[in-house]
Amino acid sequence: MDKLVISGSPHVHQNTSIPKLMYMVVIAMIPAMLVSFYMFGLGALRVFLIAVLSCYLFEYLIQRYLIKGPITINDGSALITGILLAFNVPSSIPWWMMVVGALVAIGMGKMSFGGLGKNPFNPALVGRVFMLISFPVEMTRWPKPIVSREYFSFAGVDDKVLDTVTGPTPLGVLQEKGVEGLSQTSNYADLMLGQMGGSMGEISAIALVIGGLYLLFRRVISWHIPVAYLGSSFALAAILWFANPTQYADPFFHLVTGGLILGVFYMATDYVSSPISAKGQIIFGVGAGVLTILIRVFGSYPEGVSFAILLMNAATPLINNRFKPKRFGHKPAKAA
Amino acid sequence: MKALKTFKLGGIHPQEYKISADKPIEVLPIPKTVNIPVAQNLGAPSKVVVKKGEQVKTGQLIAKGEAFISANVHASVSGKVKKVDEVLDTSGYKRLAVTIQSEGDEWEEDIDTSEEIKKEITASQQEIIDKIQEKGVVGLGGATFPSHVKLKVPEGKTAEYLIINGVECEPFLTSDHRLMVEKGEELMVGIELLKKGLGVEKVLIGIENNKPDAIKYLSEVASQYENIEVQPLKVKYPQGGEKQLIKALLGREVPSGKLPIEVGCVVNNVGTAYAVYEAVQKNKPLVDRVVTVTGKNLEKPCNLQVRIGTPVQDLIDKAGGLPEDTGKVVNGGPMMGKALTSLEAPIVKGTSGVIVFPKGEATRVTQKTCIRCGKCVEACPMGLEPFYLAQLAEKELWDRAEENLIMDCIECGSCHYTCPSGRPLLDYIRVGKPNVGQMIKNRGN
Repeated sequence: MDKLVISGSPHVHQNTSIPKLMYMVVIAMIPAMLVSFYMFGLGALRVFLIAVLSCYLFEYLIQRYLIKGPITINDGSALITGILLAFNVPSSIPWWMMVVGALVAIGMGKMSFGGLGKNPFNPALVGRVFMLISFPVEMTRWPKPIVSREYFSFAGVDDKVLDTVTGPTPLGVLQEKGVEGLSQTSNYADLMLGQMGGSMGEISAIALVIGGLYLLFRRVISWHIPVAYLGSSFALAAILWFANPTQYADPFFHLVTGGLILGVFYMATDYVSSPISAKGQIIFGVGAGVLTILIRVFGSYPEGVSFAILLMNAATPLINNRFKPKRFGHKPAKAA
Repeated sequence: MKALKTFKLGGIHPQEYKISADKPIEVLPIPKTVNIPVAQNLGAPSKVVVKKGEQVKTGQLIAKGEAFISANVHASVSGKVKKVDEVLDTSGYKRLAVTIQSEGDEWEEDIDTSEEIKKEITASQQEIIDKIQEKGVVGLGGATFPSHVKLKVPEGKTAEYLIINGVECEPFLTSDHRLMVEKGEELMVGIELLKKGLGVEKVLIGIENNKPDAIKYLSEVASQYENIEVQPLKVKYPQGGEKQLIKALLGREVPSGKLPIEVGCVVNNVGTAYAVYEAVQKNKPLVDRVVTVTGKNLEKPCNLQVRIGTPVQDLIDKAGGLPEDTGKVVNGGPMMGKALTSLEAPIVKGTSGVIVFPKGEATRVTQKTCIRCGKCVEACPMGLEPFYLAQLAEKELWDRAEENLIMDCIECGSCHYTCPSGRPLLDYIRVGKPNVGQMIKNRGN
């Protein structure tokens, strides 16, 4: 007999790993990806490929030549960052902007802090906000779903037709023209299915919710952040709407437009950059929800999901320090 | 249907693998030699009272527990004391043990070895406690805390409930299960004895719902007695931890750093209750126990009644021998048991099982970076942050580890079990605890 293996307990382990969790997130994003292919055609596929391949490439190059450590591009996290980044841009984005965005997301957002597990901010959002501020025109030019399909190819979009096949997002309309302007946009059923202008991955609330429920069901994410985020943004929007329905949009409108559902299920729930304890996660979700609505209603940007989540990411270490899990055998009043 | 009771905070559901659950308890033949460690219980080691070359009978005292927390040890076979020396025990360390060459099985005359069930209780409260002490009964759930000490309720405290732990939440293990199904009558007498010894009125027996036969049978037997209630519990690990069990049964939370008596409870394992029955009613010391021998590739997984000091190898031979591809042999449950360094290690009072793991499951995966997913926090039944405690221990930040309640850890292993990065969180915490303990001790001086 060979020598026996000696190791500390436990001797059995759950059948899980980082790639398994990551690929479940990827599976959850498939419905929204399919919607974006349907709505934006080849243009969408082009952006996805550029984003994902760039993320893989930059992660590999940085690990190989700058950090000179182990290569971990197969853990699935670069794939998620790539898809999320593509979800957060319009399908008409020039290819090189997408590459720059991926470099910022992976390089600045993740690897500069030491790689997966060390990044305080959601890498995809770092890349997205960098692009939004650096390329404000290209990042806010929204191809119309379906009608824009045929004008897009792998090579990009024909500049001459660009103005005729793009239009504002519902939140953009709200920002520009107020509640009255909204009557021109689609009805709620269309909004939920993805019949609106917007970033590639954010348009179909239904597809995103399906994936989100899958993540909850497989226990990849817990309910705390999504429920707190949805609940607080809905509540604040409802209060404003009740106060003055002619000035403020109704809360359902806020839920189904922009990147709220995308943010709630796929970006605010990022393990690394969100709080650990249930209490902390609820505070994080409420904070993100309130900030989102405040930015949308009172800020100069029509959409606030990215900023709200990044701001709450910044608050996460503080939340983790202050809000510890419920301890066994300690009086609840005890502050940490 | 009403939802089954369980504890709320944390917990996991490992696969059960109770493959030996329907195997009746068999008596393992007397081994040729036994190595009986003299420090088998929590607390101080006992003092050896036999010499090399001396003839001993089964059940004869060979080491006396003299400190407050210590227990007597008895010869588990009759024969000649071959040596009193250090042997490798289940902990992987060499410890003082009495080696006896067995020559048959001649018992001390005053021990009742008959099969007859003696139900009538004649011993007084003090006599019960004394008998338990004399016969070396310790907690057989694994912690091996001397049982007579548990029955002495500290001044100013009152015991309200006796809780009998029939949870057996560890995967694979079935020794308590078999005991409950086969020795229910004796068990109930043992419970009555503990009840009298402790001076309590109410008894709760907690059994997880994956043992419906034990729940049904013990409920029947318990109906002949007053105030003994069998409570089925939802399957969840680590429900057999006494703090979790009390929470599940009564909703009471034992305060940090305190014993169950703080909330009016004393918890005893079913195996202990059986040993108490034998000690008091049959005058029989704790010289044998039921051990589950199991493993996915083992030919004949079984439950064996084994003399203390029997080499693990004997048990494995009885179960069909060690499979070709064996990578690891564990003493105890898969969640909290210890990996054995040698199959010559003796069975001790705290050994509830011997589990054989194939090579593929013996080694750990390479640990990856922590992604702060919080699965360990979700799983921790004490509400701790294992990933954080592990980091603090790694960096030797003992005072911050103390602030973050490292000493509350019950070492159930749920954190390492759930970790998707395969981080040995409990290893780090185990390194941290003695260091923090030492720091607290030094501060007290």
